[in-house]
Amino acid sequence: MKPPGTARGRALRSAIGALLVAITGASPAAQDGPEADRERMVNFFSERFPGVPLQDYVYGAMIVSADARAQYEQIMEFPPFLGDLDAGRRMWEKPFRNGRTFADCFPDGGRNVAGNHPYYDATLDKVVTFEMALNRCLEDNGEPPMRYGEREPMGVLSAYARTLSDGMPMNVQVQSEKARAKYEAGKDIYFRRMGQLNAACAGCHMHLAGRIMRMEVISPTLGHATHWPIFRAGEELMTFQGRFNRCMEQMRAAPFGYNSEQWNNLEYFLSYLSNGLPLKASVFRK
Amino acid sequence: MKMRADRRSFLRSWAAGAAATALGWLQPVLALAAGWNKAAFEAGNIEGAIQFAGVGEAIPSEDIVIKAPEIAENGAQVPVEIQSNIPGTDQILIFSDKNVQPYVGLFEFRNGAEPFISTRIKMGDTSKLRAVVRANGKYYVKMREVKVTIGGCGT
Amino acid sequence: MTRPIRMRVRLDGDVAEIRALIDHPMETGLRKDSKTGELVPLHFIRNLTVSLDGKPVLEAQWGQAIARNPYIQFRVRGAKADDEVSIEWVDNRGERGHASTKVPPAG
Repeated sequence: MKPPGTARGRALRSAIGALLVAITGASPAAQDGPEADRERMVNFFSERFPGVPLQDYVYGAMIVSADARAQYEQIMEFPPFLGDLDAGRRMWEKPFRNGRTFADCFPDGGRNVAGNHPYYDATLDKVVTFEMALNRCLEDNGEPPMRYGEREPMGVLSAYARTLSDGMPMNVQVQSEKARAKYEAGKDIYFRRMGQLNAACAGCHMHLAGRIMRMEVISPTLGHATHWPIFRAGEELMTFQGRFNRCMEQMRAAPFGYNSEQWNNLEYFLSYLSNGLPLKASVFRK
Repeated sequence: MKMRADRRSFLRSWAAGAAATALGWLQPVLALAAGWNKAAFEAGNIEGAIQFAGVGEAIPSEDIVIKAPEIAENGAQVPVEIQSNIPGTDQILIFSDKNVQPYVGLFEFRNGAEPFISTRIKMGDTSKLRAVVRANGKYYVKMREVKVTIGGCGT
Repeated sequence: MTRPIRMRVRLDGDVAEIRALIDHPMETGLRKDSKTGELVPLHFIRNLTVSLDGKPVLEAQWGQAIARNPYIQFRVRGAKADDEVSIEWVDNRGERGHASTKVPPAG
């Protein structure tokens, strides 16, 4: 199956693929598909950061700095954004007009569900994110949906709701041909050069991971999807797709926008790559 | 509201405040004459801050332990811990030399409180962090450089 | 509006470890509101007192450089289970906050 995307994107991906083959010795013809991609990604980073345990990739750029990690741990012991998490909890627990709550929409009262998202919905032929699932819950119960990308209510609600899955290993599934098409569409975006800076996500977050750009350590792709939303400086709530938007703007490209097909597919791809890694929501970042 | 006497007791102030109001008691225990060193807090340079805080004669001491980052992840939330091993310590004062107003704050320890504080401060720029300690009426100081950067992707 | 204070107290022998996170914006007066473009006025806690069993144990004077939603952690000797721990603060606008809890059994 020919993966979708631009000729340039495929060329870059081939180059990266060749690099990966050189590193891992794997034959691309023999191994194809999401699980092969994930394994190659894991191998790529274990070569790049020898000695870093797989579970530590959830700490992103902090894997290169014990100093950064120590600050994170001190702040996370008693984070300054507990007020936002409380507000999120109140939203989560507040009954709808029909008396039901968000917990009724998910198995086990919403515990350990975030890691199953995004998932491919065959009826809709779309990737469904956890935020879409929250909105689906509202609509199923006669309540108006929340707007994507707003700090309140969606951001704050998801900041709390996602914590109910803390510790859950990411568990995204790509099982049908159609799901695979969405996965590949997301992967294509990741390797596609975009914007005035002509940069691809993979260019920085794979090849330059751990290096410094614009005075910041670049975080590795592995683990990216596990730790959202973040609270920058302990207060600015940013979701995964919020970071896609911000980063794309920084690459001088018009961002695709919250809940766009592109971002949902990209989130699907990136989440699959982080399968097995433990989720932790609502974390401090610089 | 019933208090849970478990390992980490945890109580929100709005419940206490509501209960207190209902009881007609909101008498501040906080001494009205607690004082606030306006001149020191508003001093725009470290020399002025030190002078107005009255700690100009502080002697360098290795018996003050500062735990602070080498490079602050974010200047708005810099975790800082200061421990004084000087006997008779009853105050710890914090300064961040390059802050717009370098005097950060004062912590006074009484009635069995140990001379240790862990807190989070704002630092505007790469700067010396000064921990000044008062022990038996004398001042001692330890300094530590903390780097603060503002990265491009952070903004 | 009463701003919440979250307290966590632990007793280890006769030492109470007291931790608190106080909701407060601690505005420096130098920050621009991203929506209005106006400077957000100075608004910060000036004085804070923590008392244990009715006696002040920590008295603090703060400037605007203490971080937003301030965090404190310190220890007090001579504590026992069921002692009341209370925190009070007053800010530069004269607004006040207050909360109290009890020292739990040692553990």
